[in-house]
Amino acid sequence: MILVVAEHTGGKLAKATLEMVTAARDSGREGPITLLVLGQDVAGVATEAAAVADQVLVGDLPALAQYNPEVWAAAVTQIAKEGEASTVLIGGSRSGREYAPRVAVKLDAPYLEDVIKLTASGEALQAQRYTYLARVTETVEASGPIIVASVKPGGFAPAAPAGAAGEQYDIELELPTPRTEVTGKNVEKTSRVALSEAEVIVTGGRGVGSPENFAQYVEGLADNIGAGVGATRAVVDAGWRPYAEQVGQTGKTVQPKAYIALGVSGAVQHLSGMGKSKNIIAINKDAEAPIFKVADYGIVGDVNLIVPALIAASKK
Amino acid sequence: MKILTLVRQVPDAEARVKVSGDRVDLDGTTLVIDGMDEYGVEEALRLRESANVEEIVALAIGPKKVEDALRTALAMGVDRAIHIETDERFDAVSLSKIVAQVAGSEGTDLILLGGQEADWDSQALGAASAERLGWPQLTWTNELKVDGDTLTGRHDVDDGNEGFKVSLPAVVTAQQGLNEPRYPTLPNIMKAKKKELRKDDLGGYNVQPSVKYLGAEIQTRARLNKMIDGKDPQAAAEQLLELLRNEAKVLA
Ligand SMILES: Cc1cc2nc3c(=O)[nH]c(=O)nc-3n(C[C@H](O)[C@H](O)[C@H](O)COP(=O)(O)OP(=O)(O)OC[C@H]3O[C@@H](n4cnc5c(N)ncnc54)[C@H](O)[C@@H]3O)c2cc1C
Ligand SMILES: Nc1ncnc2c1ncn2[C@@H]1O[C@H](COP(=O)(O)O)[C@@H](O)[C@H]1O
Repeated sequence: MILVVAEHTGGKLAKATLEMVTAARDSGREGPITLLVLGQDVAGVATEAAAVADQVLVGDLPALAQYNPEVWAAAVTQIAKEGEASTVLIGGSRSGREYAPRVAVKLDAPYLEDVIKLTASGEALQAQRYTYLARVTETVEASGPIIVASVKPGGFAPAAPAGAAGEQYDIELELPTPRTEVTGKNVEKTSRVALSEAEVIVTGGRGVGSPENFAQYVEGLADNIGAGVGATRAVVDAGWRPYAEQVGQTGKTVQPKAYIALGVSGAVQHLSGMGKSKNIIAINKDAEAPIFKVADYGIVGDVNLIVPALIAASKK
Repeated sequence: MKILTLVRQVPDAEARVKVSGDRVDLDGTTLVIDGMDEYGVEEALRLRESANVEEIVALAIGPKKVEDALRTALAMGVDRAIHIETDERFDAVSLSKIVAQVAGSEGTDLILLGGQEADWDSQALGAASAERLGWPQLTWTNELKVDGDTLTGRHDVDDGNEGFKVSLPAVVTAQQGLNEPRYPTLPNIMKAKKKELRKDDLGGYNVQPSVKYLGAEIQTRARLNKMIDGKDPQAAAEQLLELLRNEAKVLA
């Protein structure tokens, strides 16, 4: 079987899970597509998962209420072994990429990280991934009875339901006791669309001028057009915005239909996080700013003048 | 407590990348110690100021040139360095076998490394090494304290950040914000030349790569580069919206 570990938040299946199902379907690897749902009170997620999978394995346990890399690695490894999985797909989220290498080591399997394409080639599995700050696409290959891969969010189209809903099975798990104590959590909540799910993202850079301008222009425009909000590292380091909004090498990687960059210079580290967006729109007062080299549409002008006009015009 | 810091060399971010044949060609490219690893080294040095740190050792697996990165770590203040020289490229899962063996023979209690390697970006070596050693791991750490055998701090998670508490031994991967790495001073660079930089033979570690590298390609997406003059903000805004709605079809 192809084991896909479902990602979900707030009782909903994440888009990343549907993308992994596409990766599994397109890979040409044999076996039923099996979604593994781990968590507590995840019946709703399991039902959503059944719509796109051949079968769903549900671990609905109090011990899974809180994510922990060692617990997740143990659960996924156990199921991969019991189900004799040929392939294990794990989401390319921060947590996914944190426990996936542990699963690979436990299974003595090769690990392909952050893949954007998966193709079976006989016994082997070939994958593509971005490297060198996303300027290079690399092809790698692993072989063996079982291969673990993490799947880059946004790298595959979300799967649509195919045929009848898959059967659901409850599973029993032997889990280790977490060794890391969580001593308080700050949830960087955004009332808007999460960056990984957003089809349109408006990002502000230092050129926006101030935190107040950011709220007025970047958030203002995003609210008007139903977009997510992103930020450059310069703006995050300055304390204008939470780290959760940072796009780039050390922040999030996004690939929306439209990425609107306001007062962003377009440093390589920023481009590595958004350079694969389908359409890039930039507004910058410096016609030589590197962001324009990757832009589909650009306005050379002052964000303080252009954005209010955009907000007004997009309201109509 | 003994700390092992991992160090790797990467092309300077601004360096142009070129592909020759099926791989990235780094000939003539300026290579620097990875910025993420500087956070790791710096944190080890800072822990020494507040906790009982017996020794800080830096480890690198890579080609001859990686010596330079190890010298940088030594000049920053690391006590000694181990270089396992190889021109072969190893994936994180196989590298972790080496890291675990070195940690074992060095009696390491804490491994500090970069959270995410700037160029290959596997984010995997910390977790894979922790698993091999049977240790817990803390990734994306931006605050760290040691008190006896207990590590406390804060790290980023999917939807925000969390405080944590864990007992040593452990693996900690660094993240932006953890600290501000020091610059090696000239006297320290001179001193570092006299510090031990041991060469270990890869053969003794019995590892093979588990991933094959088949090719590399530079793909640039053709962009439309349609530029609008912003002198008249109103007209520019309307023109942009019109293009986004009717040409790109990304707005309703
Ligand atoms: C290891 C490492 C990791 C990094 N990771 C990231 C990352 O994940 N994400 C990230 O974003 N950066 C990252 N960076 C930082 C990156 O190199 C840049 O410093 C940063 O992206 C710059 O942010 P900026 O575009 O907001 O600011 P600036 O580079 O200062 O650009 C501001 C832009 O605004 C324009 N401008 C000014 N005023 C106006 C106006 N009134 N109207 C219109 N335009 C105006 C200017 O012409 C300029 O182009 C990283 C750097 C390093 C070394
Ligand atoms: N060949 C290597 N030698 C020593 N350390 C390494 C090597 N490769 C990766 N690392 C360390 O592991 C971190 C994360 O790398 P990665 O898991 O590949 O993203 C880097 O920042 C380094 O600290």
